[in-house]
Parts: sequence; C-alpha cells; structure tokens
Amino acid sequence: MPVYSLYVISKSGGVIYHQSYSKDAPKLSMNEYLMLGSMFHSLYAITSELSPVPGPTGGSSSGMQVLESDTFRLQCFQTPTGIKFYMTTDLGMTNAENLLKTCYELYTDYVVKNPFYELDQPIRCELFDINLEKLLGTDRT
Amino acid sequence: KKFQKTSSVHEARISEMEKKSQRPNIINRPLPKGKGEVSLSAFAFLFAEFVRYSEGRVSNFNDLEKRLSEAGYMVGVRQLELQAHRHNLEQGKMRREVKLLPMLTFVAYTVWKAVFGKGCDSLEKSTELDDEFMISESHPLPLAKFISVPKDYAGLNCQQFVAGLIEGLLDAADFPARVTAHTIADKGPQRSAPGTVFLIKFHAAVIARSVDA
Repeated sequence: MPVYSLYVISKSGGVIYHQSYSKDAPKLSMNEYLMLGSMFHSLYAITSELSPVPGPTGGSSSGMQVLESDTFRLQCFQTPTGIKFYMTTDLGMTNAENLLKTCYELYTDYVVKNPFYELDQPIRCELFDINLEKLLGTDRT
Repeated sequence: KKFQKTSSVHEARISEMEKKSQRPNIINRPLPKGKGEVSLSAFAFLFAEFVRYSEGRVSNFNDLEKRLSEAGYMVGVRQLELQAHRHNLEQGKMRREVKLLPMLTFVAYTVWKAVFGKGCDSLEKSTELDDEFMISESHPLPLAKFISVPKDYAGLNCQQFVAGLIEGLLDAADFPARVTAHTIADKGPQRSAPGTVFLIKFHAAVIARSVDA
C-alpha cells in the first residue's frame, strides 16, 4: 500500500499518535515528530484564516486539506471535534479521504470507547494499532 | 362556552376508559419478547464508563475485577429467570435443569445466544480436575470488543463482567461455582484481538450430587 505514515493531532495541537507503514518513510526522532505536529496545526489555522471563501455554513472555511510535492502527497482530515488526521502517501493515491474517514471510525471505536484512555493524551491502545495495521498495510520490517 | 369545554373533557375521559376495558387486561397480555438488539456503541460507552467509575474507586486491579464480577453477578441472577422462562416458552413445557451437563449446555448455548447473538465457541471439561469446565471464545465478546488494556494493567480482563454473569446464573440455579475469565495469549503470527476462556469451578457438593444421580 502506498501509505507512508499517519499522524493524529489533538485539538490543542499536540501529536497524540504517529505511525509509519512503509520502509520508505523517514525515521524521525520524537522531538521532530512533535515539531511536525505543531507546525501542521499552525499551518492549518493560518490557511483557515487566509481563505477567501467562507465555509458551507457561513462560518470560517476549513484549513489546508491537500499538500502535494514532487515526491509525496499529504492529506488532512479534520473531524467535527477538532482532531486532525494527517496521512503522507505517494502520488498515485486516490482514496486518501476515505481512508482517513475510516481511520476516524477506528478512532471512535477503539480509542474513545476504551475506559483506560483519557482524551487528548497520547494514544496507546493495542486494538487501535492492530486495526490500523490491517487497514493501512504492513510493509514495515 | 366554559361549560361545553369541561363536558367534552369528561366525554374524552369516558371514551378512554371504555377503550381500556376493551383491550385485554395487562396481566392477560402475552409477555413481550423484547427487542433483540441494542446499539453496540451505546452499550460500549456505558460499559466503558462503568469500568472507569469502578477504577476510580478501587486501589488495585484485583478489586476492579471483583467489582466487575459482582456487577455481572447481579445481571446473571436475573438473566436466569428471563432466559429459563423464554426457553421454556419456546419448548412448550416447563422444566428446570437439575443435571450438571444440561445446565452447562443451557448456559453455553441458549443463554449465550440470547445475550450475545451466537453460541459460544466451545465448551470443554478439564481433564485433570473433575469440577472444572471451560467456555472459550476465540474473539472478544462484543461487550469488551473496544477495550485495549494498557501495559500497567496487564492481566486485567474486562470479561470478568461476563464471568460474574455466568456465576450469578449458576448460583441462582443452585449450582454454586466460581467463574473467572482468562485471556488467551496470542499464538498466531498476526496480532489479533485476544480471545477469552471462562473457567468454571463448581463447589464440591455439586459434583458429589451429580455423580450420585
């Protein structure tokens, strides 16, 4: 599967989950992941402010959803509760949006219904990991 | 006009009472079968909150297991009445299970089907000890399907609630036993959600009387 990695960012901008699903994805240190997360969060807020088009309900529009470069593509999905799911994939990916929506469904199932998980904390739920792996493919060594 | 209004209310009340006497008395109406299904998400949230509530009031996870088991016990006692009655209604005769093995099959298949929608995966008798039986499930029951236990609580099994349910049921049916839930360790190459084994250990009196029969 051409998915490189998945990030989940909480409402406050902290990275609560990151996982790579391909050997080609770069290996970063923990600090770099946190920096990436906060940068995405601010970028999203800035693009939401800059947008010249109002949102469907008349409020502010949504932020950046797709970022394409020569080598990869980044897709974002913001849930109604303010949580952002980011996915880096290779350029040929067509159904990134649906995959992200399914990831959100898995989140609501295995993370939110887990009594041992507190909201906005780093996600450490085994079942969430297992099911994401099944969904996004296991290319990792 | 006021007088007209009150008389029409009076008429409405009379017609309601007539309607009530035409319908069969509530005692004579057949027992409702009940809705077969409940929203899984709603129940999962309820159960998760119950676990969190208990967790906040205990000091170690053995106590948490005990609390879950006790809650399940109370459900099990009531389930016996309900399931036995419905089962007998279907069969068309009134009977009470008194032998050990039929009682276990009743629990493992009939009650399981009514509560979880399917029969259990397997019911086994332990080879070493006479008074131990095992009901095993290869996939987590819908009850605890969404719960992943964190590493520092390893060994806790939220299926203790179901173990308590079985214990309550057996106790109310006069087969006193101790039921515990154990997680089956992952054996396959692929990680998957762990299954559970419910270990039923009957009291000595039950085994003694089943041997005599």
